[in-house]
Amino acid sequence: MSSTNPFTTRPLEPQPRAIVIGASSGLGAALVRRLAAQGYRVAALARREAELAALRDQVTGAGGRSTVLPYVHDVTDTELVPSLFDQVTQDLGGLDLIIYCAAVQPPVDLHEYNFKKDQAMLRTNLLGAVAWLNQAAIRFERAKSGRIAGISSIAGDRGRVGSPVYNTSKAGLDAYLEALRNRLSRHGVAVTTVKPGFIDTELLKNAPRTFWVISPDEAAAQTLAAINARKQVVYVPPRWRLVSLVVRAMPSVIFRRLNF
Amino acid sequence: MKTTALQTSAKNLSPKQTAQKILLPAERLEQVASWGGATQSVSYVYRPATVEALSDVFTLARRSDRNVGLRGGGNSYGDAALNSENIILDLRRMNRILEWNPDSGVIRVEPGVTLAELWQYIIEDGWWPPVATGTSFTTMGGSAAMNVHGKNAWQAGPIGDHILEFDLMMSSGEIITCNRTENRDVFYAAIGGFGMLGVFTSLTLQMKRIYSGLLDVETCVQADLDDMFAYFHENVAHSNYIVGWIDSLAAGQTVGRGDVHRANYLPEGADPNPSQTLRLENQHLGPNLFGVMPRSIMWLFMRPMMRDTGMRFVNRGKYLAGRFGGMKRYRQPHAQFHFLLDYIPDWKRAYQPGGLIQYQPFIPKETAADAFREILELCQRRGLPNYLTVLKRHKPDEFLMSYAVDGFSMAMDFRVTTENRRRVVWLARELDQIVINAGGRFYFAKDSTLRPETAATYLGEATIARFRDLKQQCDPENILQTDLWRRIFAVA
Repeated sequence: MSSTNPFTTRPLEPQPRAIVIGASSGLGAALVRRLAAQGYRVAALARREAELAALRDQVTGAGGRSTVLPYVHDVTDTELVPSLFDQVTQDLGGLDLIIYCAAVQPPVDLHEYNFKKDQAMLRTNLLGAVAWLNQAAIRFERAKSGRIAGISSIAGDRGRVGSPVYNTSKAGLDAYLEALRNRLSRHGVAVTTVKPGFIDTELLKNAPRTFWVISPDEAAAQTLAAINARKQVVYVPPRWRLVSLVVRAMPSVIFRRLNF
Repeated sequence: MKTTALQTSAKNLSPKQTAQKILLPAERLEQVASWGGATQSVSYVYRPATVEALSDVFTLARRSDRNVGLRGGGNSYGDAALNSENIILDLRRMNRILEWNPDSGVIRVEPGVTLAELWQYIIEDGWWPPVATGTSFTTMGGSAAMNVHGKNAWQAGPIGDHILEFDLMMSSGEIITCNRTENRDVFYAAIGGFGMLGVFTSLTLQMKRIYSGLLDVETCVQADLDDMFAYFHENVAHSNYIVGWIDSLAAGQTVGRGDVHRANYLPEGADPNPSQTLRLENQHLGPNLFGVMPRSIMWLFMRPMMRDTGMRFVNRGKYLAGRFGGMKRYRQPHAQFHFLLDYIPDWKRAYQPGGLIQYQPFIPKETAADAFREILELCQRRGLPNYLTVLKRHKPDEFLMSYAVDGFSMAMDFRVTTENRRRVVWLARELDQIVINAGGRFYFAKDSTLRPETAATYLGEATIARFRDLKQQCDPENILQTDLWRRIFAVA
């Protein structure tokens, strides 16, 4: 029968296992590489098969076999999630960490109200996260251990003129992750909200002005450090926490007159 | 069988195939730990109470594309009763005593009956289990699957020598009866077959007649390993039980020093009042230690001792107390003599958070003394002394996957921490080499570290091939699996 997982488990040599959703490029791919380098078996999920295969081939574990298992998956197919989650955890031989970093941000101009684009953002950035992380929450609560991380954004801190629904999707993700943390911390499960600023990825090509840009690899390193430290909310890089403080404290009378 | 990431990914490209398999309910997920607590896994746990419900679990396993690992009392130190991400069949609810004949001492039990339930059921009729493990929380199904032994192993052999017959449910749901004539091959392979051939649905065992609820016990100390072996040599012929406790932190000249406990059944007529001593209430371990300390919380007080200095103190204290007291002879109830590990319930919690593993090699008598000395000294050199070491005498048996030898076993408890895990693994590899060179064998109930190549060396390729053949016959779809099976026997 096919239920033999591709890895064996040695009692004193546990190999941690992670799922990264949205793994084909950018921060997701960097996270997969870093996790594999840290000794994890990683399930890498994304829509693009070629990128996933390339990622798997780049990461070669001990014995010449890749420790990355690629799965082609579109997070908007939420009805497939329970069975796929089930299969992935079985293939990995368990689960210790799940990171949701699938996100889309189509260009939207200042006067545009495009429901198709809005819906796509909500489905990928928010509903996909809920579909996947709900599954992880059920499992981790019963296992009394595990770590969950969601890649949100500083964009979730305020609703801005430039990207109403992108902001909404990330603000929704923030609230969802906070609620998960409140539900699960009593069961020994850590939930980390990661709020990056500008990372040098495909998502950035639609951003009008950028500064303090860091590489995906650097962002991945900071993200994993925060997850390992069981941090609750982390800004990547940390200086964005100051920006966020200012932005969130800014009175609406000023904020609504700004064009960003 | 999917074995590579590529195939896995290809399988995921066709969601239809995934949709065919049913999902097991997440409410069944539980964290299942090895007894020593050094390993945790997550499994779908089912606890059937009847043969029908048991068979349903196999159907469910097939439909959900999961395999099934068997679990009894969960007293295996390592991963013998773990099955990560698959089904755990916990058999403790199948715990009825089906037949008991107080004249012949033959008993038929379901697999979930524990050793405690067994001896408590038969003792007032003047019988005792022929083989008793150091804890009574083990189930009879698990004991048969691991073919456990007691402190009389050189004389009584393992539990399998006292099993007359069993019914075995194979993964198809079919039940076959096995004994020394009927389905003989399966009989000798399923006992000690660590749950890989089928589920024992009933076991028929021959109990041992006793004429008193007490044993004649003698305790004394031995100054080093040579004395310890000499004591065994002199006493095996006229003793029923012998167990040695080695102070594993003693070094140099005193390597292998420790206490010995030796016991004999009372012959008929020696006990003036057997009807009293055989009473259940006169067997029980009291609730308090030294009269005042509640046993249930003793582990809390042991916890600070669980480091090298603390254990050096405890082991030396135990040895010195024994030496000071000299040789002692007394009579002791069976239960108190046998179930030392139950004296302090949850004592393993003293090893938290990292847990413990046990390493128990079995080495022929010709090479045992040298090998054990080498092992004890190597553990000390590597800075990983074990905290509790138990020496026992054994004899070979006829079971296919036997661990026994005409020689000795030395069971060693090692504390595991996040920092020392890797070093413990390396030490175990070094120890394996000493054991293999000495012609030794290993025991799945205790194992956490054995590697496929080591198992192939001591069992022999032919034995493993024979076992695989029988597994193929009894479980053609390979539904019965555990973490241990995959670790040691999975085909690469």
